[in-house]
Amino acid sequence: MLREIRPAIVLLLALTAITGLAYPLAMTAIAGTLFPVQAQGSLIEKDGKVIGSALIGQEFKDDKYFHGRLSATVAPDPNDSTKTVSAPYNAANSGGSNLGPTSKALADRLKEDVDGLRSENPNASVPVDLVTTSASGLDPNISPEAAQFQVPRVAKARNLPEDQLKQLVTANTEGRLLGLLGEPRVNVLALNLALDRIAAK
Amino acid sequence: MTVIGWFQIILYCAIIVALTKPLGWYMTRVFDGERTFLSPVLRPIEAGIYWISGVDEKREQHWLTYTFAMLLFHVGGFLIIYGLMRLQAVLPFNPAGQSAIAEDLSFNTAISFITNTNWQNYGGESTLSYLTQMVGLTHQNFLSAATGIVLAVALIRGFARASARTVGNFWVDVTRCTLYVLLPICIVYALFLVWQGMPQTLGPYVEATTLEGAKQTIAVGPVASQVAIKMLGTNGGGFFNANAAHPFENPTALSNFVQMLSIFALGAALTNVFGRMVGNQRQGWAILAVMGVLFVAGVGVCYWAEATGTATMHALGLTGGNMEGKEVRFGIVASSLFAVITTAASCGAVNAMHDSFTALGGMIPLINMQLGEIIVGGVGAGMYGMLLFVILAIFVAGLMVGRTPEYVGKKIEAREVKMAMLAILVLPLMILGWTAVGVVYPAAVASMANAGPHGFTEVLYAFTSGTANNGSAFAGLTGNTFFYNLTLASAMFVGRFFMIVPAMAIAGSLAAKKSIPPSMGTFPTTGGLFVGLVVGLILIMGGLTFFPALALGPIVEHLAMNAGNLF
Repeated sequence: MLREIRPAIVLLLALTAITGLAYPLAMTAIAGTLFPVQAQGSLIEKDGKVIGSALIGQEFKDDKYFHGRLSATVAPDPNDSTKTVSAPYNAANSGGSNLGPTSKALADRLKEDVDGLRSENPNASVPVDLVTTSASGLDPNISPEAAQFQVPRVAKARNLPEDQLKQLVTANTEGRLLGLLGEPRVNVLALNLALDRIAAK
Repeated sequence: MTVIGWFQIILYCAIIVALTKPLGWYMTRVFDGERTFLSPVLRPIEAGIYWISGVDEKREQHWLTYTFAMLLFHVGGFLIIYGLMRLQAVLPFNPAGQSAIAEDLSFNTAISFITNTNWQNYGGESTLSYLTQMVGLTHQNFLSAATGIVLAVALIRGFARASARTVGNFWVDVTRCTLYVLLPICIVYALFLVWQGMPQTLGPYVEATTLEGAKQTIAVGPVASQVAIKMLGTNGGGFFNANAAHPFENPTALSNFVQMLSIFALGAALTNVFGRMVGNQRQGWAILAVMGVLFVAGVGVCYWAEATGTATMHALGLTGGNMEGKEVRFGIVASSLFAVITTAASCGAVNAMHDSFTALGGMIPLINMQLGEIIVGGVGAGMYGMLLFVILAIFVAGLMVGRTPEYVGKKIEAREVKMAMLAILVLPLMILGWTAVGVVYPAAVASMANAGPHGFTEVLYAFTSGTANNGSAFAGLTGNTFFYNLTLASAMFVGRFFMIVPAMAIAGSLAAKKSIPPSMGTFPTTGGLFVGLVVGLILIMGGLTFFPALALGPIVEHLAMNAGNLF
């Protein structure tokens, strides 16, 4: 059994060097050359400044923007480091609400948000993804229905015709891959950037 | 449920079945020590590793030596992770300035990664440096996966060999598995993931100013290289806290689909390796059929439950299923399917928050793990776990007809059955034992995030996931406490190694036996009757053991929900 000790140390170190250093570092070099944009995090720049990532959702509260999903991410409480405070779309600490199906807190939150959205747009049924938190708290997408639902509010705030916004949503809707994989969706940041471009004209 | 949803599920199953045979063929060649198309590149590296570590690749080991080598290997792996976590503040590749990790969390995480569990009491982007992620976690993702696979291969050799003293050489097996199977796939796979949008950089976290003018710190890192092996090796430990739900850890529907395929690919292929090594591929297909029956049943229930949604949602007129804790790009079907796959295998990656699943939808992952993760299972671990159940099923069949049971030419006798029972009893001991403690010990009770039966399920899920070496969680539970760090570490350790040692004892004892040719009285183990018998045995064993606990958790919660009770 004693002769197993040398391989236990040397072979472990050799495989650690290969899989823990050589492999990730080589991948970083190759990926950075082949796919430089993705490797850095698919960042979007505007006027030379990073305004976010195409894949990471960000918080929109203003009526003139389409809103994303609810985010349950938190950040350390600045006053007490053992506690956390709500910090939606904190891209340095992802996570979900973890509220279960019989949670009273979840039921109350759903009711409040559904009532709020009904008063905003009484003509359409409330899409479920607009009142639920995403798993990561960073979901960049909403369903096409959730985007269309917000059209009257955004149109009013921007003073733009609703039809134009509906077309904009449709143009920014991505379908299923090969008509099969995934779900139809709208990237909220991309939609809002397109909206800003229209409004600027 | 939609037609397109079911079509995705069928497509998934079809591709897994199609991959099983070619991957099984390749892996059999690797473990038989034959040349492969990668040998010209890899053989010099392989020979070099043996040379510096003093391994004689011709020398095979007795099952005890093999097991001892495996355990020794893990002591080293444990020390590397523990050391890195404690010292990461002063080591390089730490642009976010992460500080040292506390003793109990480092201990928990080190045990978690050497046991292929990857339970996440750590917060990924908020606690770990890039060096810890790469040298600590990525490397152990490879080695714990390789260990699982080679142990399964050793057990398979036990069935395949006759009158043999040895079951292979652990060092050679683990090196070949890493170099010839895991690494080449991961290189291609990681590049695919970057193409899909996954970051792979050593640069610092990005500071962005959002459209509305707020500051957003975006965590990045060497993600793709870690995620590739995390999925392929059924490890499941996330680079980010939200795991595969994080848009950087699973950017698109395609990356999601391929990640799901990679969880099952090697585990399914091992059934074919088994068939090839014992000389009849139909033996392997029969085992895959057992797994398939259990899998499809689980997917059906979970998908139905999530697509139906909760009573609260119905009362508010919300349709479209339970989207709480799910991502839009995956929707209901890909989230449910992922949850069933990740718990059928011992992966534990999640692309949706299981804690927010409906009561019955969340019960399926729980059951999958409690059955011992033998539905394809962890790479290797699923195969040797399944073979333990097969031994019991054959034993039961033998009792029915009053004949000494045989399986693929080996007599199954008292020693094998005792060892199989010993291994399987680890599950209820750790899961039910620690859950009982967790629901009465005050410091543990305070960790529950949800009240009522859901809180109980959170605790049950944690110890189930730990013991089964899964690593997924009902993540509302505050696991990073002294109590949970230590108890979960013990569950993970016992759940892994107290199953491995009896399995290896069986390997040794089988290898030593003579092979007997099938006769008229031999129970055929390639047909529907065998598949039904094994499925039945697994469900009866699991049902008898865990039904009372499930009744207190998800089942009573489902009834309470429909009665309009909230907690």
